[in-house]
Amino acid sequence: MSVSVTPKAARQIRKALDQRGGGYGLRVAVKTSGCSGYAYALEFAEAPSPDDLSFESEGVCLLVDAKSLPMVDGTQLDWVREGLNEGFKFNNPNATASCGCGESFAV
Amino acid sequence: MALLQIAEPGRAAAPHQHRLAVGIDLGTTNSLVATLRSGLPTVLADEDGRMLLPSVVHYADGGEIIVGDAARALAIRDPQNTIASAKRLIGRAAADIAPGTVPYTLSELGPGAIGVATRAGVKSAVEVGTEVLRALAQRAEAALGGPLVGAVITVPAYFDDAQRQATKDAAQRAGLTVLRLLNEPTAAAVAYGLDTANEGVYAVYDLGGGTFDVSILRLARGVFEVLSTNGDAMLGGDDFDACVVRWFCAQQPDFAWSERDAAALHAAARSSKESLSSESEVMMRCERSDGVSQMARLTREVFEAETEPLIQRTIAPLKRALRDAGLKPSDIEGIVMVGGATRMPRVRRAVADFFGREPHTDIDPDQAVALGAAIQADQLAGNRAVGDAGLLLLDVCPLSLGLETMGGLVEKIIPRNTTVPTARAQEFTTFKDGQTAMAVHVVQGERELVSECRSLARFTLRGIPPMVAGAARIRVTFQIDADGLLSVSATEQTSGVQTQVEVKPSYGLAHDTVAEMLRSAIDCAESDAAARMLREAEVEARSLLDAVDSALSADESLLMPREQFRILCALQDVADLLEQCATSEGVNPIEQKDLREGLRQATQALNEATTDFAARRMDARVREAFSGRSIEQIGG
Repeated sequence: MSVSVTPKAARQIRKALDQRGGGYGLRVAVKTSGCSGYAYALEFAEAPSPDDLSFESEGVCLLVDAKSLPMVDGTQLDWVREGLNEGFKFNNPNATASCGCGESFAV
Repeated sequence: MALLQIAEPGRAAAPHQHRLAVGIDLGTTNSLVATLRSGLPTVLADEDGRMLLPSVVHYADGGEIIVGDAARALAIRDPQNTIASAKRLIGRAAADIAPGTVPYTLSELGPGAIGVATRAGVKSAVEVGTEVLRALAQRAEAALGGPLVGAVITVPAYFDDAQRQATKDAAQRAGLTVLRLLNEPTAAAVAYGLDTANEGVYAVYDLGGGTFDVSILRLARGVFEVLSTNGDAMLGGDDFDACVVRWFCAQQPDFAWSERDAAALHAAARSSKESLSSESEVMMRCERSDGVSQMARLTREVFEAETEPLIQRTIAPLKRALRDAGLKPSDIEGIVMVGGATRMPRVRRAVADFFGREPHTDIDPDQAVALGAAIQADQLAGNRAVGDAGLLLLDVCPLSLGLETMGGLVEKIIPRNTTVPTARAQEFTTFKDGQTAMAVHVVQGERELVSECRSLARFTLRGIPPMVAGAARIRVTFQIDADGLLSVSATEQTSGVQTQVEVKPSYGLAHDTVAEMLRSAIDCAESDAAARMLREAEVEARSLLDAVDSALSADESLLMPREQFRILCALQDVADLLEQCATSEGVNPIEQKDLREGLRQATQALNEATTDFAARRMDARVREAFSGRSIEQIGG
């Protein structure tokens, strides 16, 4: 079981943490909402919680809570630029369908 | 595929709930658009990475409209059809514009509006602003990958209502929802996080391309108040460039420059000036249109000596602004520098000397206003939790808003000093059996009785399905938007019928009127309370009277003769007292209290007299429901 990030995403995460003035790492979570059932959430993490699993990828610490992990297992987080827009993209092998806007997904 | 941004812990937005909102600095010379990305305000650049969009619009042959750098490049060749600095004209009447302020042929467009004659027709300043805002909105939507819910647009603190309204109109024509107009100095202060800082007085020194503004702000309990503004509408970075051009030409008295070289000279002067902010000297070089070039060594000392009169011209408005606010330079807690021209070390030094403390310069002075607007836009779009620290309170409603309930009483829905925008809802019900309509009377004020408050609006909700009194659920929602516009809607929950009305609660209310309304509420607190309690007792008595009446006519057969007599007596007592109340208008609080006490006893007596009757009615209903059915049927 694992989640990982691309080198590009890692650079952005480190940059965001620096600009923010520190933080333990990045929390990757799945919430039950949105039009296709689940939605991703990316948050800065101050400290790990007891039910967190932590993964090290490209020098970045990723925290995933035990409940979310099955849904995002094997996911690779990428940083992409689409036109003027840029942000994080989830390449999640578990997702079977995502809504038109891509903000939520189903497993 | 939507792209995600990182959020602060616990703040990740649910899908479709992160609302894209931007802050726009609509400047005289340049405009910018910024938004919050991963919690940090960021200026959005165009495809070529340029952040500043020159506020210049060119009306080309064939109806094409060009905005920004391309338009500015055309300004020299075709000045009549290229409009720059439209902000100087927005919301102004011809009489307001000092001669020589703008290089165009102005024409009157009706009362209070002027336009510039171009090949595409007469263009008003609002239309020019619309084009600039449209270009920024398109840039933002391309950068954020979705439609914007709204924008916060900054305006100079001295803009009057007409200028603010015109700016809003321009935004609406550009398809933008204006979340709020924000004063430029306030936006800069927000960018520096002063809204979460200690309370105190701050100065904002804004030296832009063509205008100079000073604002003195007071921060108290998260609300910024503009104490005074001053400035010079004809002073800016361009004047420093002109100064350098004059110096440069004076270095070679025999060398003739023509009108056509003006743009090249200006560009050379500008880049020399910019270099001198970091270098101690620069080689200024400029090529004449015939290919012959000239150069001269410009040191920072010479530059500063040449431009010293301009620096001094910024100090006088500073002094005036402080005097208007009744403050000394040492009273100022902090100074915020805004505008590209404040990069010049001499400007910073002059400001530091004047106030006796170093100004804030960490944020790019070109961007500070847009960044502050972006932070405010994010908050107004609802991307932060309610009650979150740092939410800037800019406006409060001065008086409570409520509606009339039975007996002429006021039910307050939005208490005074609530920060806007806000929305509150409360449920009401019907008073009479079979009531199908309800009048909603919106009032403003602090008093308990409707007659003492200011009436704002009335409307009627119709089509309530007939039900017994108290069964209908009518939800009344009061909503005040950021501009102080109140909308009230009433919805009957079971049938969904709805009506609503919009009012401007502060319209025509002077500060003194508000103060007077507050004072009378305090002075009359005791008598108001007595009057309110009496009215409440009346309403209760009347409702009991109605209930007993309808019960008597429905189930007269269940009454014992003596009981009937007792009930009718008690009924009469209550009715008599109610009549007394109806004529009690204006009696003193003590008499009101006696009346209320009498009414309370009479209602209680009526209640007691009807207790057995009510119990028998209940039994009769139960028997009706169960008669002729077996236990099994009832159980099923």
